[in-house]
Amino acid sequence: MSTQHSNVSTYQPVNLLYYTLQLADTALINGHRLSEWCGHGPILEQDIAISNIALDHLGAARSLYQYAAEQFNNLNEADKKNAFSSPLLQQVVGAIDEDDLAYLRDGWDYRNLLLVEQPNQDWAYTIARSFYLDTFNFFFYRELTQSKDKSLAAVAEKSLKEVTYHIRWSSEWIIRLGDGTAESKERIQNALNEYWRFTGEMTHATEVDNAMHAAEIGVDLAKVKANWEERIAKVAEEATLTLPTGGWMQEGGKEGRHTEHLGYVLAEMQFMQRAYPNMEW
Amino acid sequence: MSAQNNKAQNEWPLWEVFIRSKAGLDHKHAGSLHAADAQMAIENARDVYTRRMEGVSIWVVESKYIHASNPDEAASFYEPANDKIYRHPTFYNLPDELTHM
Repeated sequence: MSTQHSNVSTYQPVNLLYYTLQLADTALINGHRLSEWCGHGPILEQDIAISNIALDHLGAARSLYQYAAEQFNNLNEADKKNAFSSPLLQQVVGAIDEDDLAYLRDGWDYRNLLLVEQPNQDWAYTIARSFYLDTFNFFFYRELTQSKDKSLAAVAEKSLKEVTYHIRWSSEWIIRLGDGTAESKERIQNALNEYWRFTGEMTHATEVDNAMHAAEIGVDLAKVKANWEERIAKVAEEATLTLPTGGWMQEGGKEGRHTEHLGYVLAEMQFMQRAYPNMEW
Repeated sequence: MSAQNNKAQNEWPLWEVFIRSKAGLDHKHAGSLHAADAQMAIENARDVYTRRMEGVSIWVVESKYIHASNPDEAASFYEPANDKIYRHPTFYNLPDELTHM
């Protein structure tokens, strides 16, 4: 990351790359986490539902990685050299593609939200995580459809339809579990409390977020935050749950500082490509 | 036996799913699934039966509300229609231009 830019009308191309990767990495890691439920869902129908949603996120991630790879390949040599510090990615000869970005970057070059790398634990934790993220995604992508960057706007347009279903699905589950039995209520309440500290990062603007917003490519996170808070409060009320307020928030994912969990996700996801480079199947 | 009863009580009821593949066509039986209520049944049906663009409309009905004919009565129910060929409109001469009849 370079210095502060006083002139907001110009941005460094690498900022758009990082911004795209924030979205791509969040989609990929979240999709991977949800895919861990495949074959383990509480009932067949929800197993299929959550696998469908996982694939939605992987699909969004692919579009974004393709765009990110294109951006990277167009950077000047100096920017290319400094954009990432993962050794394997730096060793790629010639142009990179979506798979290189997904499989050859180490954790510190990943820019996903900390929330999505948190483990599934049980159905309640998975639903709590999805509820926070889906609600954020809904308002975020709604804003992003207005982006001056046509590629991001197009991805947002497509994702919004999927996210509209995701937010409905996870909100329904929050209400079912919250307004369900004493046990389901306690478990979803605990999960919401536990993952609350990872929600601040979603709408807390980084340097990259600010630069992209100033360039009218990125969204106004303050606006997303207001919408997000209003919506989750409404669902929580219907679910007879109490959302935490304020408190200390753990951040850093968007700038490559992760919790211990990301390493395990990447180890499982990247193992094949690293053990057998360029293998296809 | 009592363990089996408990299991049945804890399981969500079964629903029959009907999908309309496109506007103007009938809803057709697609299969069945488990869900806690009608809302969840529709959402589950969306995920289980319309993943590949199979439908534009979904009906669900709890399986217990479906009443079926008895297979043992098939002989008296259906076979008498076998030799009533006059019930088919096969005694008309149709013009060649008329298709799909």
